[in-house]
Amino acid sequence: MQVSREEILHIAKLANLNLEENEIDNYILNLQDILNFANVVNNANIEGLKETIGANDNCNVFRKDEIVQFEDREALLQNAPEQERGMFKIPKVIN
Amino acid sequence: MNITELTVHELKDKLKNKEISVMDITNSYIDRINDKEKDVQAFVTTLTQEALEQAKNISGEEGEYAGIPIGIKDNICTKGIKTTCSSKMLENFVAPYDASVMEKINQSGMITLGKLNMDEFAMGASTEYSYFKKTRNPWNLNTVPGGSSGGSAAAVAAGMVPWALGSDTGGSIRQPASFCGVVGLKPTYGLVSRYGLVAFASSLDQIGPITKDVEDAAMLLNIIAGHDEKDTTSENIEKKDYTKALIQDVKGMKIGVPREYFGEGINPEVKAKLEESIQTYKKMGAEVEEFSLDIAEYALATYYIIACAEASSNLGRFDGIRYGYRTKNFKNLKDIYRNSRTEGFGAEVKRRIILGTYVLSSGYYDAYYKKAQQVRTLVKKEFDKAFEKYDLILTPTSPTVAFEIGTRSNNPLEMYLADICTVSVNIAGLPAISIPCGVNSDNMPIGMQLIGNKFEEDKILRAAYAFEKEIKFRDNYKPEFRK
Repeated sequence: MQVSREEILHIAKLANLNLEENEIDNYILNLQDILNFANVVNNANIEGLKETIGANDNCNVFRKDEIVQFEDREALLQNAPEQERGMFKIPKVIN
Repeated sequence: MNITELTVHELKDKLKNKEISVMDITNSYIDRINDKEKDVQAFVTTLTQEALEQAKNISGEEGEYAGIPIGIKDNICTKGIKTTCSSKMLENFVAPYDASVMEKINQSGMITLGKLNMDEFAMGASTEYSYFKKTRNPWNLNTVPGGSSGGSAAAVAAGMVPWALGSDTGGSIRQPASFCGVVGLKPTYGLVSRYGLVAFASSLDQIGPITKDVEDAAMLLNIIAGHDEKDTTSENIEKKDYTKALIQDVKGMKIGVPREYFGEGINPEVKAKLEESIQTYKKMGAEVEEFSLDIAEYALATYYIIACAEASSNLGRFDGIRYGYRTKNFKNLKDIYRNSRTEGFGAEVKRRIILGTYVLSSGYYDAYYKKAQQVRTLVKKEFDKAFEKYDLILTPTSPTVAFEIGTRSNNPLEMYLADICTVSVNIAGLPAISIPCGVNSDNMPIGMQLIGNKFEEDKILRAAYAFEKEIKFRDNYKPEFRK
């Protein structure tokens, strides 16, 4: 399995990560190694088998939509990297 | 009497008979942490002062485990206490709420002694990928404790906590338990609520106990098991008392031994000890039979595809906005996202996010992710077939004993191979326990894994309990903190 430089940069962009110039080759090699190993799934006899989505078979688990107020605003905000007047602060997004 | 050598059921008995007090227990553990932590480095956060305060005020009425200490893996949210996942990303994150398991732990009256080290975001098999420190194996301080719950297993083995909670996505409870000579139980997917466990791979993660013996594992499972509305994957099934399963009798139990797990790649001393254990079970009256379960390699490949795919999605939430690390270097919002993630995550986490993003990206989804999900069905079917014949399946927990620090951390694929015996259990959502079955010629512990059918924790606990009583591992071997 060959992974190109363009491909790894594209994937990093999708994942919102920057790769340093000196890391790129290493990431490519690691990814190729792991993908080569992962290719054994192609040897498995999976003809006609459905995909397993989760570990158990539940789907559409419903509960009542009840509003529960979370009171501890301070505890939430103390984790904010930047805050102002009780709000999360981010750089300007609209010009 | 050395309090920190006692199991929790022994501590409870002595508390009840008033041979010791909650203060005695708390002080003994604090002394032990002060003595051993500098060598073992198992804690990210110690809560010794808080524990003392709590111990002073314990009346004994708080709950069934009033005054019993516990250690918590640092990916389980604890209200008002840092929950870091051993990552720079969450270095200063203080959880605003308790995980559901923590509510249960607190209701039982237990005292949390600290938060325990792990591989960053639980991605690793040696705890070397922690952003903060490398935890050391109490049996030999030059070796790893295993991972990702390495801090939990090492703290229990070193007697710095009597028991601990870990989490297991591909072996992260069982493999460190095996390396550190303690007991680790990964419950059936859906038995224990994952609410408040920082998600790595949501369809594989489960919280479970790491303890000194099987009886303690059953007791701690009793506390944490149960349906939770806040986790829609938690199953609403009748509650069991797992301590009732602790019968010293395996007569007539049918144990399957998959020969593929004893082939190429397994260390000869590990293999020999496991074969000895099989003989022990036969002697005790179990019916042991070899069979073929040729899924280990497929399961490992499938595991790394599914786990990384889910991780790449789960870790998308770390964007430097509401909590977690934020870069100083930004001009616009996009910079915040990319630079915070690039600076906040370690190399292994980034590697897995990239692999996960790759297998989910258009053009590769069908070749990898879809196929892996089909192989997942195959793995489940193979286990279903096996459990038509057997009550449980016996394998090594890991093909090797604890390896030396630094010997695998630069080769991701080799590190992944450390999980070969454990991942198929998570792929199929089954319960499994690792218990010590002996030591090698270098006095390093070897773990045996017993896998059960869904929600049959009682069967694996029974077989593990009987075996433990038979070989008396804890009476014969102790960690020596070798340097």
